[in-house]
Amino acid sequence: MLRFILSRLVWMVPSLVVVSFLSFVLIQLPPGDYVTTYIATLAASNEVVDQNTAAELRSRFGLDQPMIVQYAKWLGNIVTRGDFGLSFEWQQPVSDLIWERMALTLVLTFSTLLATWGIALPIGVFSAVKKYSIGDYLVTFLSFLGLAIPSFLLALVLMYIAAVEFGQEVGGLFSEAYVQAPWSFYKVLDLLHHLWIPVIILAVSGTASLIRVMRANMLDELSKPYVTTARAKGLSEFRLLVKYPMRLALNPFISTIAWLLPNLVSGSIIVAIVLSLPTAGPLLLQSLMSQDMYLAGAFVLLICTLTLIGSLISDILLALVDPRIRLE
Amino acid sequence: MSALETTTRTRDDGAARSPVVLQVRDLTTHFPVRNGVVKAVDGVSFDVERGRTLCVVGESGSGKSVTARSILQIVDAPGRIVSGSMVLHRPDGSKVDLAKLNPRGREIRAVRGAEIAMIFQEPMSSLSPVHTVGDQIMEALRLHLDMSKAEARARCVELLRQVEIPNPDKAVDRYTFEFSGGMRQRVMIAMSLACNPSMLIADEPTTALDVTTQAEILDLIRRLQQQHGMAVMFITHDMGVVAEIADDVIVMYHGKVMEYGPVDQIFHAPKNDYTKMLIGSVLKLEQKAEIRLKRPPRDNAAPPVLEVRNLEMHFGKPGAPLKAVDDVSLKVFPGETLGIVGESGSGKTTMGRCLLRVYDPNGGEIDYRRADGEVVDIVKADKATLKQVRREIRMIFQDPVGSLNPRMTVAQIVGEPLLVNGIASGKELDERVADLLKQVGLEPAWRERYPHAFSGGQRQRIGIARAIALNPRVIVADEATSALDVSLRSQMLDLMMNLQDKLGLSYVFISHDIGVIRYMCDRVAVMYRGRVVETGATEQVCDAPAHAYTQALLSAIPRPDPRARTMHKRHRYAG
Amino acid sequence: MSEAAIAGGAVAADPKRLAVASQWQLMWWAFKRHRAAMIGLWITVILYVIAVVPGFFAVNDPAKQNARAAYHPPQALHLIDTAEDGSWSIRPYIHPYVLKRDPQTLASIFTPDTTKKVYLKLFGQGFEYKVLGLFTASTHLFASENPNQPLFFFGADRLGRCVYSRIMEGAQISLSVGLVGVLMSLSLGVLLGGISGYYGGRVDFVIQRVIEFVLSLPTIPIWLALAAALPQDWPAVLNYFMITVILSLTGWAQLARVVRGRFLSLRTEEFVTAARLDGASEGRIIFRHMLPSFASHIIASMTLAIPAMILAETSLSFLGLGLQPPTISWGVLLREAQNIRSIATAPWLFAPGAAVVLAVIALNFLGDGLRDAADPYNK
Repeated sequence: MLRFILSRLVWMVPSLVVVSFLSFVLIQLPPGDYVTTYIATLAASNEVVDQNTAAELRSRFGLDQPMIVQYAKWLGNIVTRGDFGLSFEWQQPVSDLIWERMALTLVLTFSTLLATWGIALPIGVFSAVKKYSIGDYLVTFLSFLGLAIPSFLLALVLMYIAAVEFGQEVGGLFSEAYVQAPWSFYKVLDLLHHLWIPVIILAVSGTASLIRVMRANMLDELSKPYVTTARAKGLSEFRLLVKYPMRLALNPFISTIAWLLPNLVSGSIIVAIVLSLPTAGPLLLQSLMSQDMYLAGAFVLLICTLTLIGSLISDILLALVDPRIRLE
Repeated sequence: MSALETTTRTRDDGAARSPVVLQVRDLTTHFPVRNGVVKAVDGVSFDVERGRTLCVVGESGSGKSVTARSILQIVDAPGRIVSGSMVLHRPDGSKVDLAKLNPRGREIRAVRGAEIAMIFQEPMSSLSPVHTVGDQIMEALRLHLDMSKAEARARCVELLRQVEIPNPDKAVDRYTFEFSGGMRQRVMIAMSLACNPSMLIADEPTTALDVTTQAEILDLIRRLQQQHGMAVMFITHDMGVVAEIADDVIVMYHGKVMEYGPVDQIFHAPKNDYTKMLIGSVLKLEQKAEIRLKRPPRDNAAPPVLEVRNLEMHFGKPGAPLKAVDDVSLKVFPGETLGIVGESGSGKTTMGRCLLRVYDPNGGEIDYRRADGEVVDIVKADKATLKQVRREIRMIFQDPVGSLNPRMTVAQIVGEPLLVNGIASGKELDERVADLLKQVGLEPAWRERYPHAFSGGQRQRIGIARAIALNPRVIVADEATSALDVSLRSQMLDLMMNLQDKLGLSYVFISHDIGVIRYMCDRVAVMYRGRVVETGATEQVCDAPAHAYTQALLSAIPRPDPRARTMHKRHRYAG
Repeated sequence: MSEAAIAGGAVAADPKRLAVASQWQLMWWAFKRHRAAMIGLWITVILYVIAVVPGFFAVNDPAKQNARAAYHPPQALHLIDTAEDGSWSIRPYIHPYVLKRDPQTLASIFTPDTTKKVYLKLFGQGFEYKVLGLFTASTHLFASENPNQPLFFFGADRLGRCVYSRIMEGAQISLSVGLVGVLMSLSLGVLLGGISGYYGGRVDFVIQRVIEFVLSLPTIPIWLALAAALPQDWPAVLNYFMITVILSLTGWAQLARVVRGRFLSLRTEEFVTAARLDGASEGRIIFRHMLPSFASHIIASMTLAIPAMILAETSLSFLGLGLQPPTISWGVLLREAQNIRSIATAPWLFAPGAAVVLAVIALNFLGDGLRDAADPYNK
């Protein structure tokens, strides 16, 4: 078991290196660099920047060096000092800008994951046990609907309903009074008060696909001979269901973290932009638009790392609950 | 069918009766399907008596397994009991009709596992892979006997000891995938015995096991039955097993009881036509085929067509290889059938596949003597030679479903070797295919059909037609009849022998079944753990085996004669 | 039993037809029993017909602006015309809307004029449009008999453009992005998955790790970063092409995994061994024996991958990083709905969203049915 975890951890290293390189290449891809964008912005307000100033800016930010050197420096600073570089646009260290937003992203993603599981598990089991009943058809239809509605559209519709029917603004994770306030118990309460809307929105599509996974798993397990054995032992249907097929159907369910998480993170970025949540999404979009590369790079790197860790955790969990993997 | 009229409601002999545990009358179980109902069990009646063993025997689709499941009301959906009664007589004199109980209710659940226990065919999939053995056994104890955890655990260890599982106090905490097939079935038996049931239903419990393991399990069940005085209802398709263990026998066919009586009567004085046919086809495989007895002796002077020397085939890591074929040497003479017999894992299939170089052997030679006398080593043959050789050495596969491409018509399947070798095409190909189908006893007009339109036996004939399409000299037949019901088996073997005489074929006939080997083969090689332990003329190996393993193997095979029960006298081989 | 099991997927076909039924025939029988899948099939067919000739279904030139019609509400389409004498006939018409200005706020107020009727002509003549860029036509499914009276089935946007006609036009881009993107991922997926499954060993190991890696990455940040890298001034066609390339860069992994799995299981299938022993060449084994067995599975996986592509394009364009106006796609159209104030005044701006949902549901139903029918031999 320990060896399994160790080997998985060792595997993380090349993945992380590739991810970091990928993030760096991605943000290097756009033609021009931050200075170009900067000059263009200034030009829009009729200020002219001469070539010398531009060159000076470039050398100050190290943009005149070869890419691989820039990458090595960037990664070196992150690993050794936790320094993600400087945001050109905000003129402050990237690490000052991202951590709170990443933390809130994590809170949002994790809450959504829990909500998704909480909803999908019982419904999926119900749908499988009552196969071809009206309830099953209803659940199936709703989950197809959930799969089909893009999360940002759902967010928009909810915003519309809130605005038109209730005259309320939906958006953000905090009431105005708490946005700038330091962390306190009441701020956390306020967060929870706001959190459920994006969580529900995000959970809809995740739940839909997970219900289908759980239903299929359960149907597979329900037809296995060990269920008949348990029945022949005299177990009641409910106890039997919980102890055997549900327990076994959980294993593939746990491995869904690995693909659910990237989807959730992706979804949360768009929804966050629509609902203007103080998470990674809106700032990532903004930084990409303005080619604020260190900021964008930090977000892409951290978000990808987060999902890689997520799939690592799901692998370990799977090994914990399944003796067939554990005792391999 | 005239058999219906002779269907007996109760046993028609006057033997002394033991107390009845379960009395089944007119049991009928239906499976609704889209275009009607399948009458899986159709008016079946029998008694199960204390201390006696009732065997329910029949071929696939006879409804024997559904009958067993109906008793505990655990028939798979959408099957359901339509009518009939199943009266359980309790030791205290009370009675209950199981057919009247709600299948999900408390009463039937109190019967399941406590008064009537059941074991199943697939010991791997019938136990949960993620719960320990102890957990699954203790569950029944805690449920029915209300034991504390510690008591249940102690009893569980005791049960595992009873079924002869080594180190029972450690085995309790192990998972099923850590046990071998035979050990898993012992766990199943321990579980079923947990609450001292008055009746045990065993649904093909030894079908997935090797004969030597089967003998151990049958022994165990018999011993436990004597100790506990249970009634046993044993479902099987193997007449040998029936003869070995049964007191009474029910023969089923298409959901109906064909004949019901004491085992001796069924085997030695069957009344029903179907029973006669069944017993007949079983007995037929107990001796040499008639056409082989009539054939003049072969000319032994001819040089062998195939000569295998020191063949090695390893799998897995080079450091610690699994030697699937280990130093095997064999000869196959023209026109002869060489049988390869062995249990699962003996390497017989791998060896057969090496002959056509489906696998690349790690060492040794396979010398093939072509018609013109040229000798080719198949192990070292280049691509072009291999292609030539594969036209002359052909294969018949075990699985009649998997070996035919379901997306091609029979004409395409049988014609494929002719087409890809550029032998025939167009109209000529069509005629050749029609002729080949005729040779294997299939209607040539069926060649536009797809494999799904054929039964298992017919599909195997298609496989034979494909094998003989290229006028081969040698055919490797890998368990060619083991997927078929016993009544079809001898037909298939007869067909193969007719073709052999007509086309001058040599066969390498791989099987785990001594019966078909004896019926068909001239010589036989016995394989055990990758090695050939004994080679000789079939009669000599079967009647007077020299090697201890062969002796153990042969003595473990149940004979279809209740008057000659031999298994308790069997040898065990610990090599 | 085995015959019955096969027939279980098919209709209660008579045994003679069943006996000679090919794989596709059996699949079709199994598919037909799946009602939701059949509905999905029909909707998908209709949608793709619209995507081929959107101009025929449009009623107004989708690019035409009309300042007087800004935020024109949707008009109900009446099918049955009742004359004054009480007799009726089937003749589609709409009531025209009259524009007034609120005297204080100067906001436009549209009110239907129920006294007037504007009749619609089936297959009438209207604005000129190009069919697949090949030739021009001017026949439309519906055309107003009075060309001066514009029709707004789904209302108009901020610039007075017809939302309905723009949705029709957007179908072309949005649906084809899905198809083209999936075809691109498929080629990549089949190539890499096939190599992985066929050669096995070290090649397989490396490709497997790459697939796992790609699958564990969240797609949106990557897409955003890639899309942000596209120059804003590229021509629309190039931009469209690059967006589909970006989407397929992550989409191939799923398909590659399916292909690899199929390949591996087929490679050990007995009938493949049999074909090899028959002397069939590698090419024949792959194309004659293996490909037909997994073609159906690949088609089903493809169908299920298209909706994801459509959703991805919609999201990207919605965020302003995908296709750019004046290109019309459903995602571009939904950008109009980004502003809470505009959707509060004109909720019909959500209509392109409904089109997305409809297309995705239909394709999902279709794909689900195809997947269930994909293997008619294992029931």
